[in-house]
Amino acid sequence: MRRYIVALGAAAMAAGMISGAQAADKVKACFVYTGPHNDGGWSQQHDMARLAVEKHFEGKVETAYVENVAEGPDAERAIERLARSGCNVIFTTSFGFMDPTLKVAKKFPDVKFEHDAGYKMADNVSIYNLRWYEGRYVQGQIAAKMSKTGVAGYIVSFPIPEVVMGIDAFMLGAQSVNPDFKIKVVWANTWFDPGKEADAAKALIDQGADIIVQHTDSPAAMQIAEERGLHAFGQSADMSKFGPKAHLASLIDNWTPYYIERVQAVLDGTWKSTDTWEGLKAGLVVLGPLTNMPDDVKAMAEDSMDKIKSGELVVFKGPITKQDGSVGIADGAVADDKTLLGLNWYVKGIDDKLPQ
Amino acid sequence: MRIVLERRLTPSRNMQYLSPLLAIVLSLVTFFIIFVLSGIDPLKALYIYFVEPLTAVWSIEDLLVKAVPIILIAIGLAFCYQSAVWNIGAEGQLAAGALAGSIIPVMFPSLQGPAVITAMILMGIAGGMAYAAIPAILKIRFNANETLTTLMLVYVANLFLDYMARGPWRDPAGFNFPNSRPFSEGQILPVIAGDSVRLSIVFMLVAVVVAWFLTTKTMTGFKIRVLGLSPRAGSFGGFSRDKMVMLTFLISGGLAGLAGICEVAGPIGQLRTTVSPGYGFTAIIVAFLGRLHPFGILIAGLLLALSYMGGEGAQVAIGLSDQTTQVFQGMLLFYVLACDSFIYYRLKFVREPVLDAATVR
Repeated sequence: MRRYIVALGAAAMAAGMISGAQAADKVKACFVYTGPHNDGGWSQQHDMARLAVEKHFEGKVETAYVENVAEGPDAERAIERLARSGCNVIFTTSFGFMDPTLKVAKKFPDVKFEHDAGYKMADNVSIYNLRWYEGRYVQGQIAAKMSKTGVAGYIVSFPIPEVVMGIDAFMLGAQSVNPDFKIKVVWANTWFDPGKEADAAKALIDQGADIIVQHTDSPAAMQIAEERGLHAFGQSADMSKFGPKAHLASLIDNWTPYYIERVQAVLDGTWKSTDTWEGLKAGLVVLGPLTNMPDDVKAMAEDSMDKIKSGELVVFKGPITKQDGSVGIADGAVADDKTLLGLNWYVKGIDDKLPQ
Repeated sequence: MRIVLERRLTPSRNMQYLSPLLAIVLSLVTFFIIFVLSGIDPLKALYIYFVEPLTAVWSIEDLLVKAVPIILIAIGLAFCYQSAVWNIGAEGQLAAGALAGSIIPVMFPSLQGPAVITAMILMGIAGGMAYAAIPAILKIRFNANETLTTLMLVYVANLFLDYMARGPWRDPAGFNFPNSRPFSEGQILPVIAGDSVRLSIVFMLVAVVVAWFLTTKTMTGFKIRVLGLSPRAGSFGGFSRDKMVMLTFLISGGLAGLAGICEVAGPIGQLRTTVSPGYGFTAIIVAFLGRLHPFGILIAGLLLALSYMGGEGAQVAIGLSDQTTQVFQGMLLFYVLACDSFIYYRLKFVREPVLDAATVR
């Protein structure tokens, strides 16, 4: 009998330990990247945040990562490997890792998962993403002020809501300064291909655009703008060094505050499954450095960012007219997150047909 | 003193089999040196790469899952390469098979069951065959270089797949994200062992045995080899080169298509913008490493899958870059091809320069 009581006690203790309800002394935080950790854009920003986490929690947090992971079965295996290797929290940093993350999460209920850019959650799967469109709006305003031809060229990857949202926000920002502003769009159909991106930039410039904005990851377009003596915005990371004279403002992903907060929650034993979508206010989206622009434009940009942070300025607030002239968002109404996350129409004035 | 390569009178049988082993040893030695130079404990690294994946059941399962498509494709490619048909476009034939096999699950999600899965697999094979028939016809009719046409057609297939997953076949309930709808349970190959080993492993084993039978025991296999070694001798024997080109393309395309549909209706479970992380190209290494022999390919495929698994383990355990795995695989192919020259040539140390017609530098 005594034996059984001891066994029961041990089982109860073990159950308590794996329920994860209490604080941990040490945490292993792991990351899965879709590209190389030093790709100069998307994955690199995640990796910088990983290093920042390691530094912030010196000695208490160990990190590991797997890079260049293809979507599909490879992703599932890579995530599972991390879960087995003793990771307490695993950040999977690409939309394509969504289903693999959920599958592995089901098998490892005691490990916490954080999936970036998806929409499926579970008890041990949080999702997080950034409101880049807030920065896009301000970029649009800067573009409208700085452009001589009144035309911006926009290099885009794929027609997913995230990207369409960015184009619309950019246009709304630009129209708030110059109602006749024009945007030309080139679909590069890639997230990262310097050659294609450079060709797209050249084509857009030849069509009269004197400002280049991109939703792709390489600094190629910035370099073309520098060569041609025009202006461009950077993407994902601070790209000012690629265009010392061309660079206006990079839309920077700053994952560090989020990662530190979430790892802290794991350390404290307070981690819960959450849905995070933050922007300028939380400091996760950063628009900077503001370079190569007159002081009044800079002041306007800073003012807009402050207003977005305070909630005074809401990007997707009606009236917003769709490209075909119909009502997109009614006068005074504010688009809710669900509408934004499924956005598949252009605002009026964009010179392109949205691939459907 | 100089070193020259001298042509052997007859190809060395020993080297035929020693060459891949020598290549593996040389790769390991080079790997060892790279680890030492980069300050990593080489024994620990080699252990993580090549032994650790074999120490846990889940990891052996994953290794098999990874090896299945690679071996399936390599078996098909071996037929082509034996008859000197240089099909390097298996990656595209795989995508074609995945696309053709996905027609039912994407367009008729309610159709399910063993008959439906069988139909999907047959359509996948047919898709891969049809796609491989294009370079075959181009070669037969217009003598177009198949190395170029097959490679170019990879991009066509992959971009078409990309278009279908983003466009017409996009999941209507998927927030505009580029995937097809997830296949239903009754449209996915059943798991037959452990957590993740699916029926496709049986297809793979059957393909290995049938390929062995075809190449060693039948006239067709003999014709393929004769035409590969010497097209002239083949035509004197009354063998049709064109027929063999078409046949080998159809076999390799069909097997690549089978690998494609098995991936989509298996571990992936839906059609995505990309369905293969380069299995069609890895299979080329496997085919040569395995001496174009079905059993050799089986072993070589498992070895390459092991290097993938070990590469991931090494990233997690010792922070080794993913590129290390690619370096290893590249090195392996390089050494195999280099060692293969010793099948036809031997090293000779000469004291004085000789000018001899039989000497090849």
